[in-house]
Amino acid sequence: MRYIEPHGHMVSRTTDDYQDMVTAGCAAVCEPAFWAGFDRSSVNGFHDYFCQLTDYEPKRAAKFGLPHFSWLCINPKESEDVALATDVIGLIPKFLDRPNVLGIGEIGLNKNSRNEMKVLEMHVDLAARHDQLILVHTPHLEDKLKGTRLILDVLRSDKRIRPERCIIDHVEEHTIQLVLDAGFWAGMTLYPESKCSPARAVDMLDLYSHERIWMNSACDWGVSIPLAVPRTALEMKRRGWPADLIDKVIYRNPIQFLSQCPKFKLP
Amino acid sequence: MTRQQVLDQYFMDARHKLIEVAAFLDRVDRSEGDADFRLAAFRTALKHLAEKKPHRAKRVLLSFSDPTMKPIAKAPGKGACGAWKAL
Repeated sequence: MRYIEPHGHMVSRTTDDYQDMVTAGCAAVCEPAFWAGFDRSSVNGFHDYFCQLTDYEPKRAAKFGLPHFSWLCINPKESEDVALATDVIGLIPKFLDRPNVLGIGEIGLNKNSRNEMKVLEMHVDLAARHDQLILVHTPHLEDKLKGTRLILDVLRSDKRIRPERCIIDHVEEHTIQLVLDAGFWAGMTLYPESKCSPARAVDMLDLYSHERIWMNSACDWGVSIPLAVPRTALEMKRRGWPADLIDKVIYRNPIQFLSQCPKFKLP
Repeated sequence: MTRQQVLDQYFMDARHKLIEVAAFLDRVDRSEGDADFRLAAFRTALKHLAEKKPHRAKRVLLSFSDPTMKPIAKAPGKGACGAWKAL
């Protein structure tokens, strides 16, 4: 088995996780910027975090033979403070040329507030001005449907944005069709308690599409499973999926999307 | 997959989860005090399970979701509780 982990917050995982992922066939890991579990007190905290994502973490992954890529932003959970978000977004361009940076993400909404919307629009403008790929976080639980609709409206209203260069992550049964019908890529996040179980993810693949879709573990400091993607591949196998189709969903699909950034290259 | 294969692979897991839901509702009934809006949302969502129509998972998710489109004035916090509370 070979697979790409297109969304993993490896700064909060152990070296054992790196070993397990590589052993299971992981060929690359991509790490979006996210909330640390606490609000950073200044723009300097983000500077250090972006250095970690673009310098230290790729070196840690390389010790296990795993290519590491990253996405940069201020996460929507910290977007209520527009002044801080403005400073952080101003910091990002100087990191965009770093060799492992794929684009802007994971941007989006959390509680669907006006300030979150403002910061989302600022990120989208940043991505458009610098011709970057976009990775979007959709809100949790009861806020997901509304947030997904608002995010799609923001992206569609900016004519510089090409849907095929954006992935809308954390889709579930009530949002996947909205995303795919609008021409965007969809990400399914495999969590033990929220988002998608492996069985539901494979149901959605059966019901909706094998195209413009990927799966990720979004493993972080919370309840999450770094091997969720290969475990879901086993779920596909149990259902009799052909090996080539499994390979397409867990390996070739993410490569197809991520290769739109010329910096995404596998050894 | 045939219907028989689906049952063979998933029946025990679904049975287990169904009993957990039943035990949760019993636990809620045995407890004292008022319930908040989440219990009513849960009972509404349960009705979709008995419907003989496709896309039950989607309808359950929709029943827990905020159906509005206007951004709120300010984020009240960072977390979500799993069910939308109409204001």
